[in-house]
Amino acid sequence: MASLITCPHCGVRPKEEFSIRGDAVPVRPAPNASDETWYAYVYVRDNPKGLIREYWHHTGGCRRFLVVERDNVTHEVFSVTDAADLARSASGEVA
Amino acid sequence: MRYSALEIIKHAFSGNRHWKPAWREPQPKSHYDVIIVGGGGHGLSTAYYLAKEFGVTNVAVLEKGYLGSGNVGRNTTIIRSNYLLEGNEPFYEFSMKLWEGLEQDFNFNAMVSQRGIVNLFHSDGQRDAYARRGNAMRMHGVDAELLDREAVRKMMPFLNFDHARFPILGGLLQKRAGTARHDAVAWGYARGADSRGVDLIQNCEVTGIVRDDAGQVTGVETSKGFIGCTKLALATAGHTSVTGKMAGLDLPIETHVLQAFVSEGLKPVIPNVITYGAGHFYISQSDKGGLVFGADIDYYSSYAQRGNLATVEHTIEEGVSLIPGLSRARVLRAWGGVMDMSMDGSPIIDKTPIDNLYLNCGWCYGGFKATPASGFCFAHLIAKDEPHYTARLLRLDRFRRGFVVDEGGKGPQPNLH
Repeated sequence: MASLITCPHCGVRPKEEFSIRGDAVPVRPAPNASDETWYAYVYVRDNPKGLIREYWHHTGGCRRFLVVERDNVTHEVFSVTDAADLARSASGEVA
Repeated sequence: MRYSALEIIKHAFSGNRHWKPAWREPQPKSHYDVIIVGGGGHGLSTAYYLAKEFGVTNVAVLEKGYLGSGNVGRNTTIIRSNYLLEGNEPFYEFSMKLWEGLEQDFNFNAMVSQRGIVNLFHSDGQRDAYARRGNAMRMHGVDAELLDREAVRKMMPFLNFDHARFPILGGLLQKRAGTARHDAVAWGYARGADSRGVDLIQNCEVTGIVRDDAGQVTGVETSKGFIGCTKLALATAGHTSVTGKMAGLDLPIETHVLQAFVSEGLKPVIPNVITYGAGHFYISQSDKGGLVFGADIDYYSSYAQRGNLATVEHTIEEGVSLIPGLSRARVLRAWGGVMDMSMDGSPIIDKTPIDNLYLNCGWCYGGFKATPASGFCFAHLIAKDEPHYTARLLRLDRFRRGFVVDEGGKGPQPNLH
């Protein structure tokens, strides 16, 4: 039931140690992007039933932002990755 | 047939063997003027008011399970109109007024009980906030009373007044608030709609929304085949993103699960509805004696109608912190319902970019109390193509235009509303 999260830094930890920030898919637009782009980033959510990627902040542990990939119907957790690592690999930067 | 005391006596003499079903089980017709997707509280009340107030009776309500199988039967049955903002308060007061006449109106016992609600406050700042809210209510002609500590103690001596961290300083009372029997609300609306010619079609899941070349909706694909319609109305809160996607809508909604609990039956102890200002805990006692209570959502996105144990623990801790005696009661049942959490904590009753598609969604976890007004305003919108005055600010494009109705002042963070 998404009760245990395997933090890449701290190991298996209970859900209560984390603050959930929400959908990890929207990417922050450039400051001068159009109103429409900002509107979509701030307010519009795909909200899929099934596989979802969410930001979980390990507030009671390493305090890193993590991306948790899980199923929001079965609550199965597929992967937990450090958000910075994901962002670096997406931009092709080497950690 | 009109239900009455006389009917009950008459049927008692024949052993209650001749009661007729409260509604028909029709097969879908090939075309309706209006199709409402979702046979919960809001869909059924919409159908009822469409038929009764606006004379639109060629209507079908499509429900994927059985009537009232979703959140209308999964809430803590509280009705109230103690809101602050212009976009909300007149709307919820309209709902409260409809609640007050509801049972006579639809001839069904919904056990509406105006036992009052007290929102407790625990700090000077919170007192000021509640005084402000009470004043806002009174300026809209709604009853509100600020109680001091002794007045609260007289009413509810069992509360933890001397809590070391969160002492109770007083509360905001709305006497006209209370509770209603949630299932009966769905049944009453269903019966009222059915008797006016609305087809209530159960076990009929909508799997697609069919549109013509111009983008207009022509009907829906369902598990019982294609059904055509002139206007399509979505009242599928909890799954609005799923049904909205069928028509390509981009929505400001995340789906979350909220849990509710009921204890074993106890003698009368809690005279009203109480909310805890230091946590997000609310409790009342049903007429059967069970304590009905709940607290926060589970914080992570969920489409599962079941919750997490951590939230159960959190809820009970809050309850015991407020009412120490609660630690002796045993929980009988717990359940979860999935809801549309909108980006400002307020609902949406509006038209969509598609001309003949109407949207009722984003109820967060305040949808039950809104059931009558939501149905009335949605029916008004569908029948007249213009918003009801009290719902005019609950628009879909308010996010884009910067006119959010953010009652809690929490920003676009749906799991915090």
